[in-house]
Amino acid sequence: MFAEFLQFLFSGITVGAIYALVGLGFAIIYNASNVINFAQGEFVMLGGMGTVFFIGLGLPMPLAVLLAVSLTVIVGFGLERFAVEPARDAPIVTLIIITIGASIFLRGAAQLVWDRNFHSVASFSGSDPIMIGGASILPQSLWILGCTVVIVIALHMFFNHSMTGKSIIATSHNPLAAKLMGINTSMVLLMSFGLSALLGASAGILIAPISLTYTGVGIMLGLKGFCAAVLGGLGKPMGAIAGGLLVGISEAMTAGYISSAYKDAVAFIIILAVLFLMPNGLFGGRGTERV
Amino acid sequence: MLLEIRNLSSQYGRIKALRGIDVDVDEGELVALVGANGAGKTTLLRTISGVQPASEGSVMLAKREITSFSSSRRVKLGVIQVPEGRQVFGPMSVEDNLILGSYTRERAEAARTIEEMYTRFPVLKEKRHQMAGTLSGGQQQMLTMGRALMAKPRILLLDEPSMGLAPLLVDEIFEIVSQLRAAGTTIFMVEQNAFMALEIADRAYVLEAGQITLSGTGKELLSNEKVIEAYLGI
Repeated sequence: MFAEFLQFLFSGITVGAIYALVGLGFAIIYNASNVINFAQGEFVMLGGMGTVFFIGLGLPMPLAVLLAVSLTVIVGFGLERFAVEPARDAPIVTLIIITIGASIFLRGAAQLVWDRNFHSVASFSGSDPIMIGGASILPQSLWILGCTVVIVIALHMFFNHSMTGKSIIATSHNPLAAKLMGINTSMVLLMSFGLSALLGASAGILIAPISLTYTGVGIMLGLKGFCAAVLGGLGKPMGAIAGGLLVGISEAMTAGYISSAYKDAVAFIIILAVLFLMPNGLFGGRGTERV
Repeated sequence: MLLEIRNLSSQYGRIKALRGIDVDVDEGELVALVGANGAGKTTLLRTISGVQPASEGSVMLAKREITSFSSSRRVKLGVIQVPEGRQVFGPMSVEDNLILGSYTRERAEAARTIEEMYTRFPVLKEKRHQMAGTLSGGQQQMLTMGRALMAKPRILLLDEPSMGLAPLLVDEIFEIVSQLRAAGTTIFMVEQNAFMALEIADRAYVLEAGQITLSGTGKELLSNEKVIEAYLGI
C-alpha cells in the first residue's frame, strides 16, 4: 500500500521536475516581456531530438547533449531577434500569436529535417532500478532531480547575485528606469529567450531516456509546463517549480489510483480550477504596490 | 559648455512636442527648466537621455555629438537621469536599486560609492534590505537620486524631484539639490515648483508649448513680470 504510493510519488516528482523546468522557461520570458512564449515546448523538443540527431552522427553522449543545448539556445536567440523583436511595439496578444506561429514552424521544420518517428535515448547511467521502501526508482529519475536542483540553484544565484541577473529583473519591473541606468533592454530580452531555450532543452534531454522523444513531444510538455507556470502564479519562478511538482504528482496519482487514461486531463482540470478560483495562482500576490 | 542643445525637435507620431530647442549647461552649473504641464519638459529630458528620439537638431556632450547614441551609451558617458515619479524597482531591495545605479561602472569603485550614498542618505542605509516599493514617497525620491549618483554623473538630469511630496520633504529635496550643486555636480533640473527652482538655480529657461520663450539667471526670471504672472501665481 505504502510502496505503491511511494512509487507513484517518485514518478510524479520525476515528471514534475521536468514540468518545473519548462514552467521556469515560461516565467523568465513572461517576466522580461509579458509575453507567454508558446514555442517553449519546441525548445523541449529540440533538446531531445537534437541529442538523438547528434548521437546518430556518432558523437559521444556528452558532446551530443552540449550541441543540442547550443542549437536550441541559438534557435531561442533567433526567435527573439527575427520574430519577436521586429514586432516589439505590437500588442502583447500579437506577440503571443507570433510565438504560436513560431512553434508550428519549428515543429514542421523539425519533421522535415528529421522524421516523425519515436526515438529512444540511452539513460545517462544504467537502467537498473534502485529499490527504496519497496518502490523502485530509475537512475535517470535521480539524474532529473539532481540536474533540476543544480539548475534551480544556478538560476537563483544568477538572478540574485550577478549584475546581469539583477539587470534582467530590473528591466522586468521598470523598463524605462532600467534604460536610464544604462541597461540595454533589448539585450535583456534576447538573454531571457536564450535562458528559456536552455531550460527547455535541458528538460527535453533529461526526460528523453524515460519517455522517448519525437518531433511532437513539445506540444504536451509545453502545455504542462504552461500549467505549472500559471498554477504557481505567472512570472513567479518558485511558483513555477512548485506548480510543476504539483501537476506532476497529481498526474501520477490519478494515473495510479484512477486510470492512466485521465492522466493528461489532470493538468487542464487544475488550470481551469486555478483560473476560476484564484487567477493569480498559488503564489501570485494581489498585485498591489505603493505609489 | 558641457551640454549644448541646438535646434532640437522631437515628436510623438505627428505631434511635435519640442520645436527648435537651444539649451546650454556649463560645467558645475545648476540650470532649471520651468514650464506648465505638457510644455514638453519631460520630453526634453528623455530626448537628452536617448529614450525618446530627436527628429531634428543635435545634443552635444563636452563637444561630442551624442544625438544618435543609444541610451546605454549616453549613461556610460555620464548623462544620468532621475526620472519623474520616483521610478524605483519596487520589489527589489534598496541596496539592489543602488547597485543597479552603478550598472555601467567597475564593481570595486561602485562599492565605495555605495558607502558615500549611505553617508549622504542615512535612511537608505537603515532600510537597505527592505523592498524599495515599501519606502515612503520622500525616501523613494532619495533612493532614485542616490541610484543616479551611483553612476557618477557628469551631468545629472532631474525630472520634477519635488513632485507629489509634502512641503517639508520638498524643502529637504531642494536642500539636497543645493548640496550637490555646491559639491560641483552639474545639474539640469525640470521643475513645476518654479519659485523654489529659480531661487537655487544659476540660470533658467522657460518652456512653453515645446519652445523656449525666456531665459536668464534665476534671479532675473524671478523678477520677470511674465514669469511672475504665469508661474509664480503672485
